Amino acid sequence: MADDQRPVISRRDLLKGVGAAGAAAILPPAISKASAQAPGVPAVPAPAARASLASVPRSRRLENLTADEADVIEAIMARLIPSDEMGPGAVEAGALNFLDRALGGFLAEEREEYRDNLAALDRYCRMSRGAPFVELSPVDQDSVLIDLEGGSATGSGAGFTGSSGAFFGMLKSHTWQGTFGDPYYGGNADFIGWDLIRYPGVRLGVSQADQERLEAGELQPNRRSAYDYEMFEKATALRSSQRGATHGD
Amino acid sequence: MATRLPATDVVIVGMGAAGGVAALPLVDAGLEVIGLEAGTWLTARDFAPDEIRNNVRSWPMAVQKANLEVPTVRANPNSSTSRPGSHPMMNAVGGTTLHYWAQAWRLNPWDFKVVSDTTRRYGSTRLPEGTTVEDWPFGYDELEPYYDRVEHEIGVSGQAGNVDGQIDSRGNRFEGPRKRAFPMPPLRWTAFHERMADAARGLGWNPFPGPATINTEAYDGRGGCVYHGFCNTGGCHVNAKAGPHTTTIPRALETGRLTVVTRAHVVGIDTDRDGRATGVRYVVGTEEFVQPAQVVLLASYTYENVRLLLMSTSQVYPNGFANNGGQVGRHYFSHHQGAPVSALFPFDTGAWYGLPAQGVAIDDFADDNFDHSGLDFIGGGNLWAMSDRRPISAANGGTFGRSPGWGSEWKRWINQNADRSHSSYNQKTTLPYETNYLDLDPVERDPLGYPVLRITAQYKQNELAIAEFTQDRMEEWYHAAGAIEIARGGLGNTMGVSTHAYGGTRMGDDRETNVVDRYGFAHEAPNLGVLGGSVMGTSGARNPTLTVQALAWRTAEHLANNWRSIVGQ
Repeated sequence: MADDQRPVISRRDLLKGVGAAGAAAILPPAISKASAQAPGVPAVPAPAARASLASVPRSRRLENLTADEADVIEAIMARLIPSDEMGPGAVEAGALNFLDRALGGFLAEEREEYRDNLAALDRYCRMSRGAPFVELSPVDQDSVLIDLEGGSATGSGAGFTGSSGAFFGMLKSHTWQGTFGDPYYGGNADFIGWDLIRYPGVRLGVSQADQERLEAGELQPNRRSAYDYEMFEKATALRSSQRGATHGD
Repeated sequence: MATRLPATDVVIVGMGAAGGVAALPLVDAGLEVIGLEAGTWLTARDFAPDEIRNNVRSWPMAVQKANLEVPTVRANPNSSTSRPGSHPMMNAVGGTTLHYWAQAWRLNPWDFKVVSDTTRRYGSTRLPEGTTVEDWPFGYDELEPYYDRVEHEIGVSGQAGNVDGQIDSRGNRFEGPRKRAFPMPPLRWTAFHERMADAARGLGWNPFPGPATINTEAYDGRGGCVYHGFCNTGGCHVNAKAGPHTTTIPRALETGRLTVVTRAHVVGIDTDRDGRATGVRYVVGTEEFVQPAQVVLLASYTYENVRLLLMSTSQVYPNGFANNGGQVGRHYFSHHQGAPVSALFPFDTGAWYGLPAQGVAIDDFADDNFDHSGLDFIGGGNLWAMSDRRPISAANGGTFGRSPGWGSEWKRWINQNADRSHSSYNQKTTLPYETNYLDLDPVERDPLGYPVLRITAQYKQNELAIAEFTQDRMEEWYHAAGAIEIARGGLGNTMGVSTHAYGGTRMGDDRETNVVDRYGFAHEAPNLGVLGGSVMGTSGARNPTLTVQALAWRTAEHLANNWRSIVGQ
């Protein structure tokens, strides 16, 4: 499996300047440049430094999904939280990256469900719209998603493992987690999700004055992951049976 | 082969909210105590403000026990049985107080006297059909000194409403008289809370800040709450949220007379031929141990207290420990906390850095604080408007029919409204009924092969009527505060697996209908004490933990003061 050949370097390690040499070997040049700092640099980079790191274009590095599966999921995510005149959406936030990583960890049990239902979705699109999902127009893609969500695709014979609505619900929920969750997990790149909902960021405390600034709409986003704070260790939430897990996330 | 350990005075099963408190008065009285805890110690470094881990997935635990023993659930014997995937309680030293909401209510005087007060004011016909509710064997006054002790020992913040009969309108005018004020002032209010309080006053109601086991200023060597917004199912990185793990357990350890054994998974209570407890059996990894003790205190959660008793069968107790009277598992109920009301406001509520214990309470419609003459139920609900918001859950919030749930239109909606919705948390009087009970599931087992517990329970007409009445009041309140949309949840049906689970080892003088006596010791086995919500016969309309802890202190003190008679010397 891919992980066997690859040093596991977390984003947090990069931010801490730990294992920077290993990172240089596997990451695109722009990221290496931003993070190849000597040991002993501050554990929490200044927001400006982080912004340049987080805004690096993401290359897709799949660990669990196949390329075709990832294409379809990304196309769905692009309709759920689109990139539009309001700003970037789920794709730009790296929700796919979050999901792909989680399918090797906490969501390992859902891997098969994705495989089977993505195959069913493909059959459903060809049966009902004459083309695979990624080739449909945005309007047709939305109408397929509405079929999925409302459950009308369930009895189509396409082979959804349960109701199509349950599959839609799972995918939507993981898209939301990947867009609005802590960037530690590989999504919410550049804090796109938190900016969208105007969440001013993870803080260790909020004084009465900060609260008043928040209420006046003047509390500026601080752009930090929980794990940018040096005091926290990443204890993991384990599932009762985490079959096939390669990630501790 | 099980290893037989040296005997101790008292073994406590569970170092959580109840057991962790009981240990202190016991060691202070000179007794040797062993505290068995299935989990491990966790520290502030484990308590990252991480919504995916803490709220979406599961709490960080080195040991998963409760999650592997989740009870099965069915509404009644004719309905289908299901088993939830996870359990809200956790295993660690300090138990679920590590990540709970930390609301620290005393029960109101009425909660101790539901039967006699209802009968006196409205007649006995007003007691709901099929209920097995009894008066507690004592009243509020008996528990007051223990409430007071725990509030000061662990540290509770709040605004008193009745000190020695002197009503203070800033606090809860309906509370029982307290000897003195809280050791700390209440958690602060935001502008939104002030608005809700003003709206309540406009309706003629009495708003006040709720009590919390959370420091609001330096107390006991720990600082005050810093309001970071991840308190709900989150540990406190500054230890402002207190529990036995930060207070009573460390103090008890200092005496040298408490030993905490972590990763100890208790599987049974042993008995002698007379039916007295002789100690407990537990497993650490694959090793089994027998811990003999003169007194056993059962202090795991309600479900596990009942399960351990039912699992511990012997010649003397063929149907489970202290269950020859058939009362273990009876009089079960879980708090009706459902039937929520949600509201949308046309302004941001500033809730990102709030916590569930920070809010505005209304007690005017709880218990018997209002006239029920023309109503078709007894009891009521406490209305609670808190601050609690995190990014993923905010983005998952309902749109009140004003927007689709995804797409560009939704993006515009959530950009404007992520901080504008509010959901009420209304706890309601819930009663025990003949047909609601706990027993062992005939099919489902835990990883060690023991049966899991089965919950057979549903809310009855009285609970549903309160739910509807409470929703009406909440809707009035929201409208008065300027809400532009309201959504109401269903009234409830099956009692699911709950963090507010009561009964199963009810406390009372009548041994025909109760498992433990007025001090918490089993009628059938006088050296077995039970601590926790499982001894409570009524719920009130508020969180149980402080009552559980006051009762635990009282049971421990009684044991220390009556050691010779209880151990039979």
